[in-house]
Amino acid sequence: MHIIDRRLNPGGKSLENRQRFLRRAKSLVQGAVKKTSQERDIKDVLEGGEVTIPLDGMHEPRFRREGGTRDMVLPGNKKFIEGDYLQRSGQGSAKDSGPGEGDSEDAFRFVLSRDEFVDLFLDDLELPDLAKRKIAQTESEGIQRAGYTTSGSPANISVSRTVRLALARRIALKRPRKEELEELEAAIAASTDEDERAELLAQLATLKAKSKRIPFIDPLDIRYRRFEMVPKPVAQAVMFCLMDVSGSMSEHMKDLAKRFYMLLYVFLKRRYKHVEIVFIRHTDRAEEVDEQTFFYGPASGGTLVSSALQAMHEIVRERFNPSDWNIYAAQASDGDNSYSDGELTGMLLTEKILPVCQFFAYLEVGESGGSAFDLSDSSLWTLYERLRNSGAPLSMRKVSERSEIFPVFHDLFQRREATQEKAAP
Amino acid sequence: MTERLFEGADWDFRTLQRITDACEEVALKDLGLDVYPNQIEVITAEQMLDAYSSVGMPLFYKHWSFGKHFAYHEASYRKGLMGLAYEIVINSSPCISYLMEENTATMQTLVIAHAAFGHNHFFKNNYLFKQWTDAEGILDYLDFAKNYVMQCEERYGRVEVERTLDAAHALMSHGIDRYPGKKKLDLREEEKRAGRRRQHEEEVFNDLWRTVPKGASKTRSAISLERRRKLLGLPQENLLYFLEKSAPRLAPWQRELLRIVRHIAQYFYPQSQTKVMNEGTATYVHYRIMTKLHQQGRITDGNFLEFLGSHTNVVFQPEFDDQRFSGFNPYALGFAVMQDIERIVTNPADEDREWFPDIAGKNDVMGVLRDVWANYRDESFIAQFLSPKLMRHFRMFHLHDDPEERAGIRVDAIHDERGFRRVRRELARQHDVGYIDANIEVVDVDLAGDRRLILHHRVIKGSQLNETDAKRVLQHLADLWTYDVALIEVDANDKVLREYVVSPRPIPAAVA
Repeated sequence: MHIIDRRLNPGGKSLENRQRFLRRAKSLVQGAVKKTSQERDIKDVLEGGEVTIPLDGMHEPRFRREGGTRDMVLPGNKKFIEGDYLQRSGQGSAKDSGPGEGDSEDAFRFVLSRDEFVDLFLDDLELPDLAKRKIAQTESEGIQRAGYTTSGSPANISVSRTVRLALARRIALKRPRKEELEELEAAIAASTDEDERAELLAQLATLKAKSKRIPFIDPLDIRYRRFEMVPKPVAQAVMFCLMDVSGSMSEHMKDLAKRFYMLLYVFLKRRYKHVEIVFIRHTDRAEEVDEQTFFYGPASGGTLVSSALQAMHEIVRERFNPSDWNIYAAQASDGDNSYSDGELTGMLLTEKILPVCQFFAYLEVGESGGSAFDLSDSSLWTLYERLRNSGAPLSMRKVSERSEIFPVFHDLFQRREATQEKAAP
Repeated sequence: MTERLFEGADWDFRTLQRITDACEEVALKDLGLDVYPNQIEVITAEQMLDAYSSVGMPLFYKHWSFGKHFAYHEASYRKGLMGLAYEIVINSSPCISYLMEENTATMQTLVIAHAAFGHNHFFKNNYLFKQWTDAEGILDYLDFAKNYVMQCEERYGRVEVERTLDAAHALMSHGIDRYPGKKKLDLREEEKRAGRRRQHEEEVFNDLWRTVPKGASKTRSAISLERRRKLLGLPQENLLYFLEKSAPRLAPWQRELLRIVRHIAQYFYPQSQTKVMNEGTATYVHYRIMTKLHQQGRITDGNFLEFLGSHTNVVFQPEFDDQRFSGFNPYALGFAVMQDIERIVTNPADEDREWFPDIAGKNDVMGVLRDVWANYRDESFIAQFLSPKLMRHFRMFHLHDDPEERAGIRVDAIHDERGFRRVRRELARQHDVGYIDANIEVVDVDLAGDRRLILHHRVIKGSQLNETDAKRVLQHLADLWTYDVALIEVDANDKVLREYVVSPRPIPAAVA
């Protein structure tokens, strides 16, 4: 007779089977994920959650019989006698199906974890022209603290840890403290009685002996700092997020842009071991800001798109050598630009930015409803369109509703047929 | 007065030990049960869900369909559509019972009495289990199967293995030897032999297929139909066995996979034939044990009431016009018949003496029940022991539904003198697996010609195969056979009702 507590055994034994199922049902689940994600907020998407998939796509066939004459014995007869006839459609037709029938054909809700959800969502997306630049995928070794050890080089002695251990040992072994000895010596000096003096002297001798036996610092106490070599991934990609925060951008437009960047952020995090993100916001002047400020900081003013491009150009020159980095940029704007700035913007783009970029995405955000939005192309849009027509690696989309963010994002980053054979990281 | 086993709802492992000891005392001394050693394992709800999806076994090979079931169970559990079983018990030696940690002390007592003694006794003593399953070897065999499947995946690729297993699963219900005569499985030995057999098969050419004609036309007649059938062991209803032995182009590892699926199907075969008896036995045993513990004062009145609540739920039988009705509840039916046997043995009416002369008034309840548990399966159990009193109690009636009959569904028999035997026979028939599963067998292989495999489905009562499913299963079958497969549905007069012919899908690349 054994009683065993298995509760601490790892659960999730089915995880592997579940993953197999997911792989198998991938296209079904993926479709469901897409559908679900259009209806949801980005935050919710990142939480993962339920998707509904049809089960019959995953049907496991068996030889089943159906039809023919049927006999059945049922409980609960109230009024029937032999030879009665029951109406087929009515009550008592007892439409019970055979075992294994009808119980699993419906769609059912499948709960995806956050990771599964995002993975499936991003599965057929990729950054365009990923392999164009030769990125040495080497990893450099980095050094990282890894606790303490009892042996090592003197340079690595950790004084504080050593002293702490020594103190603990001294307390544990009751090594006499200096004050105790001094007290005793003072008592001896002050003592007049010979017997007492002798006794105190003996005590002092014992204590001194004890002090000698228990050293202040013992070799046992010494600790060395330990270091570990860890591989550090070489940064492989940098994404510039350029956002127009000028007065003409309404809250709704900013919200759309933010959503787009959040999605981009998640996407990049998935694709790269290490991804740098540079946030640049601009009005009539541009500044590099941290994430918090970028998304939540208030700013307002006129519009000079070239300022942001100029800032990006400078940052690239300083920190991101195009031969080592995949450089991407995503710009969100309402399309308004100073009339005089168009030429400079076009020049910066064609001469400085686009040549070093793998991909440049332009997202034009509009007011909800978007009626005015459709009227005429904005100055930026016209400019970018001209550039694209001349063959620049540039994608542009217009968005005016939240629900459009996902499809547009998907559209922009969909795996391109032409680049398919290029290896993804 | 004896000491209480526990107070309130809480339990710890010492309580479980006391409970088990107390149950064991009643089970062995009072009921005279004979059980495998018990192993009781406490698990969480999540682990219970895990166990569900791999047909209740603690270890199983990996396959997507178990993931599907897991997802399905999990979804309905979360939605609250389904409660979790209180226990899972495994026919192995030692007999493993899983208890959920959420159960109250009373529930744990009920579950231990039910699973660790009721089911356990049934597994060890029923003739079908004795004949077809190997309680000592099953866990080792499953372990072997799991590793073997894993190795195959490494060696031949997951897609290939999945393809073979999918096909095998589709044929699983036709991978069973229904009739005894073969020797009982020894799964440990099976596992050892698997390795040797693979080696052997890799070396030896399958003789059966060396039928290439040497002299011009002699062979076609030389292998007479009779001889051919004999060589192939035809007719053969165990499709998996047939494929394993005779499919011409399967790789040795594929044959081994078919074999594994077949053994597992065979292992579960007795369970499908004894649902009513198995659950009836366990329910009867837990009822007796709990009652006894209450009489002894080892559990309080409150605990006993809690137990009665659960027990009543378990043996509840909705009537046919009830929303909740979904056929006969095996717990209710099995328990009722067994209690009825107890009544007939101790306190029979005249009617019972007439119907059950062998056991009426025999007074040895446990002796009779142990004999019943050992020697019957659902079909014979109902055919033998369902009494008129019970048929009246359940108000059973027999419906005959002939689609041709315009007037509707005929009430063929009810619970009266004229109907008792007919109702009982019909209910027994509904529990006969041999009757429930489609009767499909391999009847011939066109050896000299295109090697087409010919199967017959013997149609009973006009009930034909579901077309979509049949085609899909046959596709799997053809893929394994690698030549055309024909399935002919014939009625009792050999009239052909429908014929399916399926060609194998091209194999992507020859597998070693």
